[in-house]
Amino acid sequence: MKTQPKLKLFLCAFLALFLGLSCKNEPKAATDSSAASDDQNTKVQGQAFIEDDGSTPNVLNIAIGSEDHTTLVAAVQAADLENALVNAGPLMVFAPTNEAFAALPEGTVDNLLKPENKDALANILKYHVTPGNYSKEFLKKFKKLGQANDQSVFIEVKGDDVYVGGAKILASVPAGNGIVHVVDKVMLPPETEE
Amino acid sequence: MKKIRYSTLAILALALTISGCNDASKSSNGALSSSAAEKVYVAPGEQDEYYAFLSGGYSGNLTVYGLPSGRMFKEIPVFSQFPTSGYGYSEETKPLLNTSFGFVPWDDLHHPDISQTNGELDGRWIFVNGNNTPRIARVSLSTFETEEIIEVPNSAGNHSSSFITENTEYVVAGTRFSVPVPQRDMPINEYKGNFKGALSFISVAPDNGRLNMEFQILMPGFNYDLSHPGRGKSHGWFFFSTYNTEEASSLLEVMASQNDKDFIAAINWKKIEEYVKNGGGTKMAANYAHNVYDEESHTGTSTMKKEVITVDPTKVPGSVYFLPTPKSPHGCDVDPTGQYIIGSGKLSADITVHSFDKMLAAIEGEKFDGEAYGIPILKFEEVLAGTVKSGGLGPLHTEFDGKGNAYTTFFISSEVVKWNVGSWEVIDRKPTYYSVGHLMIPGGNSRKPFGKYVVAMNKITKDRYLPTGPEMEHSAQIYDISGEKMELLYDFPTHGEPHYAAGCPAELLASKSQKIYRLDENKHKYATLGVDDARVERQGKEVHIYMSTIRSHFNPDNIEGIKVGDKVYFHITNQEQDFDVPHGFSIIGQNSSELLIMPGQTKSSVWEPKQVGVWPFYCTDFCSALHQEMQGYIRVSPANSNIELSWSLGE
Repeated sequence: MKTQPKLKLFLCAFLALFLGLSCKNEPKAATDSSAASDDQNTKVQGQAFIEDDGSTPNVLNIAIGSEDHTTLVAAVQAADLENALVNAGPLMVFAPTNEAFAALPEGTVDNLLKPENKDALANILKYHVTPGNYSKEFLKKFKKLGQANDQSVFIEVKGDDVYVGGAKILASVPAGNGIVHVVDKVMLPPETEE
Repeated sequence: MKKIRYSTLAILALALTISGCNDASKSSNGALSSSAAEKVYVAPGEQDEYYAFLSGGYSGNLTVYGLPSGRMFKEIPVFSQFPTSGYGYSEETKPLLNTSFGFVPWDDLHHPDISQTNGELDGRWIFVNGNNTPRIARVSLSTFETEEIIEVPNSAGNHSSSFITENTEYVVAGTRFSVPVPQRDMPINEYKGNFKGALSFISVAPDNGRLNMEFQILMPGFNYDLSHPGRGKSHGWFFFSTYNTEEASSLLEVMASQNDKDFIAAINWKKIEEYVKNGGGTKMAANYAHNVYDEESHTGTSTMKKEVITVDPTKVPGSVYFLPTPKSPHGCDVDPTGQYIIGSGKLSADITVHSFDKMLAAIEGEKFDGEAYGIPILKFEEVLAGTVKSGGLGPLHTEFDGKGNAYTTFFISSEVVKWNVGSWEVIDRKPTYYSVGHLMIPGGNSRKPFGKYVVAMNKITKDRYLPTGPEMEHSAQIYDISGEKMELLYDFPTHGEPHYAAGCPAELLASKSQKIYRLDENKHKYATLGVDDARVERQGKEVHIYMSTIRSHFNPDNIEGIKVGDKVYFHITNQEQDFDVPHGFSIIGQNSSELLIMPGQTKSSVWEPKQVGVWPFYCTDFCSALHQEMQGYIRVSPANSNIELSWSLGE
């Protein structure tokens, strides 16, 4: 533990040195980079990357801040969906817990996180998002919901519990741009649309 | 644990820095090969290629921009009082804001549309709608002034407006909120089946643009969201998107999203026009204002109209059909050929495209899927031309480049998606910053778009500009669409909340933009045309001051004999006949705004002095080197004083 400050210092110095060296030769490059085309900036630009401590956390902030959703967050990042989740929305996210992801057949998550499966992953994640903002109580009024991947999920009410696409709502957290419903299952979109 | 995390972070940062530097050098090539800056740069003294008219939303006004520079040239006051020019404060312009609810000095301006001839922009007028207290305005594109405002009776939330037919036969105004027609005292929960949605057809006189409420179609009580005219082969039809076909009156975010599909209403207006011409329709008592500004007298008048013709569409067979359209469609756009009608389900990932030819065939073959309130519903599959599987979320509005491509905005996924009209394939997509609403290609809503640029108008700004507190201007982005892929060129702030916009090539308007009002054509009742006409007249407690301005004095500039309790009218005529030399007028304690008077124009301001004294007035516009000398005094005496009325200049 005591070595930490030294390490920090060392790394910072190294970093500074490297920064100086690598960019010194090209003072122009640093200036020009600000005019880089939007394509190159899309990943680091966007509402997801705005520092804002004052606003009510949005659905992405809530997922990132939850210990039970590290798999979901990793998946969102792998699918490049951060910006979609900080939009004005309203967005309702059904957030499967780490346990729910772990319950999938072995290798499923690892496979989905591969770059070549980005679209399939995005499709599954979008199946967990509804444009709307309804409390668990309110969801009881619906028979089905239209999801962001353009498929529908059915809603069932069993006693006090609400099931969305077979996944049970465990808890709900209101967000600045919608609501996060924590669910106990990963909802898999039907292969073919009716 | 902490140590590990820290070193990991540091290494990550290092890695990022390295790649960052690499990226910088790479992207510098990109930036050098890209000429984004050059493409929007309009050198000092040079002029823009296009005019863009952006609605001001809750500002109530219309703003004029140049493209590609994104420079704002003017704010045209339409529905809101505007102290910058005295619009809505001057005696001449107050009548323009009169309604059946009295003087309404504000509105929510949404959808500008430039007049057309044969489906192409002709640049005579631009029409805009007031959403809140339903009104349609006509703005001259030679004076860039509001010339006429007509109130829309039986309407509420005038949103599917103010779109014109392809020869500017009509400007069309559809109600967003259905209401009891005529208005009456009734329980809200009896909405269903009892409220009506009025679609109004307002004719435009070809010579002077004068508006007349010709007829209103009383539709079922849905929400009529947006509309566009048929053109070319579909000229004679008009298409309106609807939502809330559930007819809910509460919590619409849930209750109006129950039906999987709502409708696009296809209206054969030529058929209804003929029906009305042959004496069809019902004359209904109404009360709505028609306000006209006369350019020669520089004076507005307001007339209350007492009657409107309403049409029950079920009485005119073949005039109205419903096209089922998924997920509460918002945008309803027609391609330049008039063949395709695009419906954007705002909670959908897809864009639905209907075919006009298929629609006619389905009508012919009676391919109906039941009816709603006696109006036939066409079978979805029978009218569907295709579906654009966009991959985005929340499509709103579509414009066209005239080269076979369409561009659709997606609110939730914050992007513009370019797709092919016919193959329905997505060609390109570019992010917008953030949550885009409408987009505009000059001429994009006509038979002949000018597909060089598209302007995306965003609802959310956040970090795009230096922060200015919680409230920020909305942001627009301009993209070059001349190539296969769109290229983001520039961001620029906009005023109020732009909804739709309209644009046209600069040469269509620039040469006929008026420079002055001719003094010898000034027919204002209180004009001061010659030096000898300057005078002051008393009629009881009313005092009329005939005053003129010319660089750099008012005539008269010393006035005595005014008393506390008088109502003093300053009628100021600007005798300049020189382009861009307005004079202003303001007086201490004026309970309205200044006046800004254009060369050759007369404007009037009322001043009711409450305090005895000698009070100054001055020119508010820096008109000349001796502008600071352009001032005068008015002496106010006690109410019972018997000082004679007198006026002078240079004595």
